[in-house]
Amino acid sequence: MANQAEPVTMASAFTEDAEAQARFLARKRYLAWRGRLLPVAAVIVFLLVWWQAVKIFDIQPFIAPSPVAVGQVLYDRFDMLMANLLPTAIEAVSGFILGNLAAITLATAFVYRKTMEEALFPIAVMVNTIPVVAKAPILVLLLGNGMEPKIAIAAIICFFPTLVNMTRGLRDVRAEQLELMRILSATPREVFMRIRVPNALPYLFSALKIAASTAVIGAIVGEWIGSTKGIGALIIQSTYNFDSPLLYATIVVGSTFSALFFGVISLAEKRLLRWNVTHGV
Amino acid sequence: MAVAVQCERITVRFTTERGTVTALENIDLAIPRGSFLTLLGPSGCGKSTLLRVMADLIEPSGGRISVLGDAPATARLNREIGFVFQDAALLPWRTVLENVTLPLEVGGGKALPGARSPQDLLALVGLTGWEQAYPHELSGGMRQRVAIARALVSGPRLLLMDEPFGALDEITRDRLNEELLQVWESTGTTIVFVTHSIYEAAFLGQKVLLLAARPGRVRELVPVTLPTPRRLAMRETPEFVALAGHLRRVLETC
Ligand SMILES: Nc1ncnc2c1ncn2[C@@H]1O[C@H](COP(=O)(O)OP(=O)(O)O)[C@@H](O)[C@H]1O
Ligand SMILES: [Mg+2]
Repeated sequence: MANQAEPVTMASAFTEDAEAQARFLARKRYLAWRGRLLPVAAVIVFLLVWWQAVKIFDIQPFIAPSPVAVGQVLYDRFDMLMANLLPTAIEAVSGFILGNLAAITLATAFVYRKTMEEALFPIAVMVNTIPVVAKAPILVLLLGNGMEPKIAIAAIICFFPTLVNMTRGLRDVRAEQLELMRILSATPREVFMRIRVPNALPYLFSALKIAASTAVIGAIVGEWIGSTKGIGALIIQSTYNFDSPLLYATIVVGSTFSALFFGVISLAEKRLLRWNVTHGV
Repeated sequence: MAVAVQCERITVRFTTERGTVTALENIDLAIPRGSFLTLLGPSGCGKSTLLRVMADLIEPSGGRISVLGDAPATARLNREIGFVFQDAALLPWRTVLENVTLPLEVGGGKALPGARSPQDLLALVGLTGWEQAYPHELSGGMRQRVAIARALVSGPRLLLMDEPFGALDEITRDRLNEELLQVWESTGTTIVFVTHSIYEAAFLGQKVLLLAARPGRVRELVPVTLPTPRRLAMRETPEFVALAGHLRRVLETC
């Protein structure tokens, strides 16, 4: 077989054409840089428009602060902002880990015990329909005023999307792949580790990317009730004090953290799912 | 001559909401070791079902079957059966090499004496240099080559192929047909090959088993007397044309 010429598909089909290759790479580089620079340019334009609008229309600082004032707060009170970000970050990340671990475990149980899914899934749906702002006070009453209720809120928020996606990912395995494993006399454990888990990873990561942002939201909302520390507490305090530059600066810090969290998950996804067509090579 | 697969009055029924379908009825068949048998028949006549019974994927509702002298389950556990699916069924998260070595990692990972190394098999199917590629980077023909290498890696005595080239373009299919015959000659394994292409069935098989539909039963076992080694050009000889014509006429009555 090997010695036969195969002009269409074989390795030998790659001919050396340095010029075409260079053009291809240049185009790829251009697209990559365009993807990076366009958002930066858009943000700069947005800030400029905002800055000028506040100036021209003479908007009161407590209604909408100029971006310069927000920048000033970010710079001057950086340490205080970071000290408040820390508890929120701990709550969000802990909740993210706990909620997703619980969801992955339960999804695994669902795949092997259909009766468990039939019994528990409706409860999960019901809990999911309760809005975060309503869950928060309930959990504060249940768990006190420390970090625990915030972690619980973040975990509960992460839980549902991961449960749904992971169950699907573990279950929606191609029939031929399972038949192949049967012909190979693979054990149930081998089928799980070598077929179901890798098959579920793309599903899991789309849930984790959602969860990365919502976990932060959960922690912040949790801090709205009776907290003295954290991004959520700072949002409430600055609002009541009409300190809108601080409010905006707090939001910038919270959003930046959220974006970073999302970025870390996306990076992990790119690393782990290099085989996935949609992520390219 | 020793027998690779022996079927005695094999019957398979499927029960669904719409009633019971008899997919196969009283199939009697003996496939000699080392031979190449093609299964030909209209769609839905039970070709895949018969192959699945041999692979121990389906338990027959009636009759007896032995694979390499044992129950199909024993043959499967001993790694004596290789299977190639129509759409290759590669694992997209594994590279070409990792796909080929999968059978060596699961189910005890046993390879039979005389089994070739993964590298050797990739060379045999013309994929040297593609070890680290992922399935989505391969053409349909290359994916089937990987699937064939994977099916052979444990050194099976029986290779079952369910329309493996059915989704490929004709040029690629012709080439793979020739190459498959070389694989067969160099490994000496018994091959049972399902197809709904008359030309493929006649070109590959030492014998063509024609199945009739509803219920699936043996219509005729046609010996192929074309000389070996087979070459694609043989399909223009009067002998081949006559054989294909015969298969077509029988198929029309199936
Ligand atoms: N798992 C199944 N459940 C119900 N009916 C089936 C199943 N598998 C096959 N059949 C039926 O058995 C018959 C033969 O199917 P199959 O062996 O796939 O035919 P072929 O491969 O020749 O096209 C068809 O009528 C098909 O609908
Ligand atoms: Mg079929």
